[in-house]
Amino acid sequence: MEKKTASEEKSMEPRRKPTSGEWVEASVGDFLERRSFLAFLLAIGGALVGGLLSVPLIRFVLHPLLAQTTQLKWSEVGSIDEFKDIVKPVKRVINVEQRDGWRKVVSEKAIYVIRAANGQIKVLSPICPHLGCPVAWSGELNQFKCPCHVGAFSPEGALISGPPPRGMDDLDAKVENGRLLVQYQYFRSLVPKKEPMT
Amino acid sequence: MSEPEPRNGKIIEWVDRRTGLNTIMKVALKEPIPGGARWAYIFGSGLIFTFMLQAITGIFLTLYYSPSADHAYTTVSYITKEVTSGSLIRSIHAYGSSAMVIILILHLTQTFLFGSYKGRRELLWLSGTVLFSLILGMAFTGYLLPWDQNAYFATTVGTNVAGEVPIVGDWIKRLMRGGNDMGTLTISRFFSLHVLFIPAMIAIFVSLHVYLFRKAGAAGPYAADPVEPNLPEESFYPRQLLMDVAFAAVLIAVLAGLARFSPADLGPRANPADTQYLGRPEWYYRSVFQWLKYWNPPYTIIGVLVIPAVVGALFVGLPFYDRRKERRPWKRPVAVFVFLFILGGLIYIGRASYVEDQNNPGVRDQILQQEKETERLMSQPFEPELAGVAKAAPVAISPAAERGKAIFERMACGACHGEGGTGGLALKLAGIGARFPNEKLTELLRKPTPKMLEGGMSPSPLKDPELKDLAEYLTSLKPF
Ligand code: FES
Repeated sequence: MEKKTASEEKSMEPRRKPTSGEWVEASVGDFLERRSFLAFLLAIGGALVGGLLSVPLIRFVLHPLLAQTTQLKWSEVGSIDEFKDIVKPVKRVINVEQRDGWRKVVSEKAIYVIRAANGQIKVLSPICPHLGCPVAWSGELNQFKCPCHVGAFSPEGALISGPPPRGMDDLDAKVENGRLLVQYQYFRSLVPKKEPMT
Repeated sequence: MSEPEPRNGKIIEWVDRRTGLNTIMKVALKEPIPGGARWAYIFGSGLIFTFMLQAITGIFLTLYYSPSADHAYTTVSYITKEVTSGSLIRSIHAYGSSAMVIILILHLTQTFLFGSYKGRRELLWLSGTVLFSLILGMAFTGYLLPWDQNAYFATTVGTNVAGEVPIVGDWIKRLMRGGNDMGTLTISRFFSLHVLFIPAMIAIFVSLHVYLFRKAGAAGPYAADPVEPNLPEESFYPRQLLMDVAFAAVLIAVLAGLARFSPADLGPRANPADTQYLGRPEWYYRSVFQWLKYWNPPYTIIGVLVIPAVVGALFVGLPFYDRRKERRPWKRPVAVFVFLFILGGLIYIGRASYVEDQNNPGVRDQILQQEKETERLMSQPFEPELAGVAKAAPVAISPAAERGKAIFERMACGACHGEGGTGGLALKLAGIGARFPNEKLTELLRKPTPKMLEGGMSPSPLKDPELKDLAEYLTSLKPF
């Protein structure tokens, strides 16, 4: 029906030039004012195709949100034999690998390998659960000491005194092919329970 | 219906009063085409469409691309292998450049065969020739950016060609490369040209080209007089618009299909030391590449300069010396023959380049092996770039400093100040020796200033000799 009206309009339009028979002069009038069915189709089609094409573009931009957060990587602490006979906490520096877009950033982090009360080897994060200062092992005092607000922890990392709300945090560790591996991560400070930050 | 009552009339009127949009649309859509709409006229708008597609995908690609010799390859690999839809967008952009060159050639051929440059269209033609070189410039500069072997060697050859030009050649070559050799400055330059300079020029010249086109009016079919076509006119809307839209739809379908089912690959990282690698330019530069092989000293200058200059001058000056109003191709046999001869010649020697590669067993095997290697690399997962291990190089230090180092480690100073005093939560200590003499350092360690105390530094419980050793160690730490 639309089509018919359109062709009727055409016949009413004055023509400035002669037309040959093989094509009809189109009359658009005011494109924006009298929108024909065709213009409507074009607009819808254009919007559809444009919308379809923008999907990959939007996904491209949203990649940081769409990509699943990178898994924590295991870092090597050393051969498990090194820690077989330890009685006191031992400090080690590990390489922690983090992804930064197309870069892989390797940073050095300190950790403590300790022997827990049940005789198991454990790995402690040196980050004070109070306000995040790095805790140091003092052999003379047989204690972990936090330099910031004098928090003190036992050789197993349990809280002895000071403002920290909990003991030192242990990190997920495992032994694989005789190597001690650890997952370095940060935990929320100032809360009584250990809560990983992601 | 003869005096239509606009739907949504109020809003449209409001917008139109302020923008004149209605008028612009009218001018754009009512462009009169003498002789009516034709498929032959779709290439101009096809070029604008592809250019916009290239601009959009290109802008998005810069989100993840880094233009430096160190990172370009990794970032392109990241886009290709890791970023969501990255391969698709990069492939559309890469294939889009080929599409643009093809449509450019079709547009030029149509204009030439229809004699549409005649009849007061000299400036229109000139702006077109500028756009021609700008688009080829886009293709050339863009090709280098992934910084893989092919990009590197193709551009090395390309810039070497410029070096063949007598007298100023070497100067041009160094200017293009940003130095004697291809390197990080070359990428910076090409990137800047590719995303800023040339696109801006293209935008300006496209506007000019379209303006001049509308000023002169569409030339219409080749039977028509170029100045007074004297043919019944059809407006651009709707039939020509529909044809243009159909062409755009085909283009996008082909590009998306190619990008989806045969994505653009990325070869091995550029390695200037690789003497085996055979760099081959993109197909549209293949004929130039092959052409240069035919010209050896002392005739190089003829092939590199004389013949291209003559052809270029003939090309640019066309509407100035071809002043006849006759447009029908069969009535202009010489012009049409020369045009087709050059076009056919380019296609022929371009093809010859591929054939030559295939016929030389050594070359064929090397290229085959390069393709295999590329395929293998494409199947590998993305390998991120190692960054951020900023370790001070080990320097020989005095025994006192050596003892101080042990103290530094025992006292866990590094927990705040970073391993090796590289800085962390607290002050970076490397380089502190330049600011304080040893005695002052000892003093500060024993009795920190209020500001230091506030920052979490505690007075050291160490004895004097130990403090001296520690200060000695701190002084030995060099900034990096
Ligand atoms: S940060 Fe460790 S006690 Fe406050």
